[in-house]
Amino acid sequence: MEFEKIVELIQSVNEETVKIDKTCTIGVIIKSDRLLIICNELHQNPSTYFDMLSCVTGIDNGVEANTIEVIYHLYSIPFNASLMLKVVLPRENPEVESLCTVWKSANWLEREVYDMFGIKFKNHPDLRRILMPNDWEGFPLRKDYQHPELYRDIVVKSEY
Amino acid sequence: MRQQYQFKPNNLTDSEPNKFKLGELRTEEMIINLGPQHPSTHGVLRLEVLSDGEVVKEVVPHIGYLHRCFEKHAENLPYNQIIPFVDRMDYVASMNSEHAYVMGVERMLGIANEIPKRIEYIRVLVAELNRISSHLIAIGTYGMDLGAFTPFFWAMRDREHILRMLEWVCGARLLYNYIWIGGLFYDLPVGFEDRCGEFVSYFKPKLNELQRLLIDNRIFIDRTANVGVLPLPLAINSGVTGPMLRASGLRFDLRKVDGYSVYPELDFEIPIGEGKMGQVGDCWDRTWVRLAEITESMKIIDQCLEKLKGEHKRTRDFDPQALVPKKIRPKAQDFYVRAENPKGELGFFFRADGKSDVPFRCKARACSFVNLSVLPEISRGVLIADLIAIFGSLDVVLGEVDR
Repeated sequence: MEFEKIVELIQSVNEETVKIDKTCTIGVIIKSDRLLIICNELHQNPSTYFDMLSCVTGIDNGVEANTIEVIYHLYSIPFNASLMLKVVLPRENPEVESLCTVWKSANWLEREVYDMFGIKFKNHPDLRRILMPNDWEGFPLRKDYQHPELYRDIVVKSEY
Repeated sequence: MRQQYQFKPNNLTDSEPNKFKLGELRTEEMIINLGPQHPSTHGVLRLEVLSDGEVVKEVVPHIGYLHRCFEKHAENLPYNQIIPFVDRMDYVASMNSEHAYVMGVERMLGIANEIPKRIEYIRVLVAELNRISSHLIAIGTYGMDLGAFTPFFWAMRDREHILRMLEWVCGARLLYNYIWIGGLFYDLPVGFEDRCGEFVSYFKPKLNELQRLLIDNRIFIDRTANVGVLPLPLAINSGVTGPMLRASGLRFDLRKVDGYSVYPELDFEIPIGEGKMGQVGDCWDRTWVRLAEITESMKIIDQCLEKLKGEHKRTRDFDPQALVPKKIRPKAQDFYVRAENPKGELGFFFRADGKSDVPFRCKARACSFVNLSVLPEISRGVLIADLIAIFGSLDVVLGEVDR
């Protein structure tokens, strides 16, 4: 399955024209509200059949760009094809549809992104922090994150 | 002097509260807390078990006790200085993790095709040695989880030979920092090929002994066959990779599928679970696949040694650091690299901005993390003793789960 065909397929379920991401060879930028529909189509369509969600990455583009990205890395075992879906969200109250209904692996991967970036995944069955303690303040991988001085009277300091 | 830590009774419950509330339980239900210091959890994992007598109704893994901020550190360090941090993710298979990471950076720099064959063969050799030692730990500790103590010592004894060899190669027993971007730290020590060949001929009969002692043992089969069956559709949908996916019956190995490094030139099979003792994808299959993979790794090591002694043999002017770049600054791009670790698909996602030696974002897709997330699915309705058997068969390393 060539990349152009996949883009055509996404185009058929997307309302606007699909933006191809120039920074990588297999990336497509889509609108966040069409994410679930597109992923359902990519997962069910017999010509793509992306049956594995390998990786969900959050990226904070910093205060100046004021955007936050979620990147989904899909893989299709029968066609040996990879695809990166990118969703760009505002930095304040970022929200995106959860993909747990399509792939079960989305559950923990999305929880990790929520934990590190504070991105809310709508309709996620169990959106709790996963790596950080439940009462930790702030989202550590945001670029403007300031770690607290103390956590439960233990000094939190990095010295390098 | 300031008091360092003040005990408050709610500290633990506030930082990692249970998912199930005591007041909402039914009369016959009970919450059992397994870990984080329980020996069968292989490190620091807490399992919150909702049980009805002996039967597990729901398992909620609580992780994060070993979180060391790998991704945050990676955003502040140059590419070559991240390698020691990569080692500490999966600390029983550091060579494999290094190999995956270094391959990603080399592909981003566009020097992946210029690496000399000898370096690639040495990388594959040490990675496969490390794969064997990782699988030995998996099989040995799994036996111990089920109450068999001897196989653990046998596995550790043979693992010690591998660790000593790797120590000879790079000076460290577990955290190697041996594979560098564009090359290696050192060439193999003189005489390593012969020593490694000796190990292979020593180890082959020991492997049969281990199989007879543990894998084909009637007690072991009774404990593991038909327990914790992971059906293939669930495995794929949950993103499970590595020996677990192969035990569920899919012949999927990134060494063959992607064919990275020199794996296309090597001859080896991919063992899959066949349900010999029970159903396809049960705990016995997963352990058997690991054992069969050790045999395949031995084949790869044999072929690597042959090449390293013949076609790509040691020369006086060979410098393994010749291609190590002085400045590692990839072009602006997003890049995802993946490789077959002993536990599954280890992926690294990079975003380079093209302006600095530090990655803008470096995300590790840890195989153990995703493999562990399937535990609640396959342990509903099993006995608590079987829960230990199922968890042990996943073979997760908590250092990689928490990163």
